Amino acid sequence: MLATVLLQATLGMGLGKMGATIGAGLAVIGAGIGIGKIGGSAMESMARQPSAAGDIRTSMLIIAALVEAASLFAIVVCFLAL
Amino acid sequence: MKKRLILMRKIGLFILTLFLLVVANPLKAETKDAPLDIKGLIFEHIGDAYSWHITTIGKTDIGFNLPVIVHSSEKGWFAFSSGKLHSGQPYNGFYIAQDGKYAGKVVEKNSTGSEVRPVDFSITKNVLSLLISAFIVLTIILVVAHWYRKHPMEAPGGFVGMIEAVIEFVRDDVIKNNVGPDYKRFQPYLLTVFFFILVNNLLGQIPIFPGGANVTGNIAITLVLALFTFFIVNISGTKAYWKGIFWPDVPIFLKVPIPLMPALEIVEVFTKPFSLMIRLFANMMAGHTVALSLTCVIFATVSMGAAINSAMTVLAVFLSIFMFIVEILVSFLQAYIFTILSSVYIGLARAKKSH
Repeated sequence: MLATVLLQATLGMGLGKMGATIGAGLAVIGAGIGIGKIGGSAMESMARQPSAAGDIRTSMLIIAALVEAASLFAIVVCFLAL
Repeated sequence: MKKRLILMRKIGLFILTLFLLVVANPLKAETKDAPLDIKGLIFEHIGDAYSWHITTIGKTDIGFNLPVIVHSSEKGWFAFSSGKLHSGQPYNGFYIAQDGKYAGKVVEKNSTGSEVRPVDFSITKNVLSLLISAFIVLTIILVVAHWYRKHPMEAPGGFVGMIEAVIEFVRDDVIKNNVGPDYKRFQPYLLTVFFFILVNNLLGQIPIFPGGANVTGNIAITLVLALFTFFIVNISGTKAYWKGIFWPDVPIFLKVPIPLMPALEIVEVFTKPFSLMIRLFANMMAGHTVALSLTCVIFATVSMGAAINSAMTVLAVFLSIFMFIVEILVSFLQAYIFTILSSVYIGLARAKKSH
């Protein structure tokens, strides 16, 4: 009973839009976890060896951009489904 | 000590004035008749257009119409100002489609009555911005090169020194390390792509003419840049590179009955430039979208009353300043990443036979 009511409501709203917004949220979770891990290990290693902080910071930014690209794939697909 | 106090007081006064200006404005915000279409507004700013609309003061639009240059397979070449196609009216059989597959683009009705796209060489907003940024890159590099020719044995300072530092940084840290011993052959392409992407990204962050066109956030332009890398990597691939794709150095069961590893390697040949294209496109488009959305928040909360509106305006202004700083970092970072990944791929393609 509840399922049919929900289904009718979602069909009215447009499943595509709902799928797009949920997909965007999931993609952000992935990016957040990935970049958080990179930042965490970068902080630890910078605390261990402050003299290498410059190199570590550069590598951290590069790897963060690469991880972000993966979640941006999903964002592009969500834009297409909007 | 006293100088620092005076400076701090001046900065505090400046921030307070900004704050008051930001809060005072929404109290006299006008209510428009049409509801605010945020999605349409954002897509209009991110997309391409046949005229460059700069601003609207009151009722007058300030901007200029760009030339439309089309070639129809039945009627031949036509070149005219896009002002003649304003608000959907046809000119010489061409008109801008309002909806459907070709919404927003110049179409014509061919002899069978169906809507087709003529071959379109128009100078659109993105094309004009591309030309402007190409001109800027050329000016910077040629002026710097001319200085070196005029002052043969001197150390540069000022602007020339800054450009030399950037070029040396890209050449030493990025190109030399990753391309390998024959880096000189690929250094012009890689340096050009770095400066091109950097200038286009930075120009896109400036909100007013000549900046503000979303060039690198347009997938056609990043597709062409990725295609350049694709062709350069594969045309200059050594025999060792191609052997590593079709007959890699892996255990025989991954190659012989079903070529698993070769298939994966061939897919990788295409996904590497594809990821380059998507990375640059999505990063720049997302940055523009966020900046536009923050500005739209101010207008979207007008109907909710003065208190919420001024609170959201303050929030939106500070977030916009923060996003602007992040976007400058992202502009540089994306140019750097495109260049370093291209040089890594070229370096892998120039791999010598390992013994």
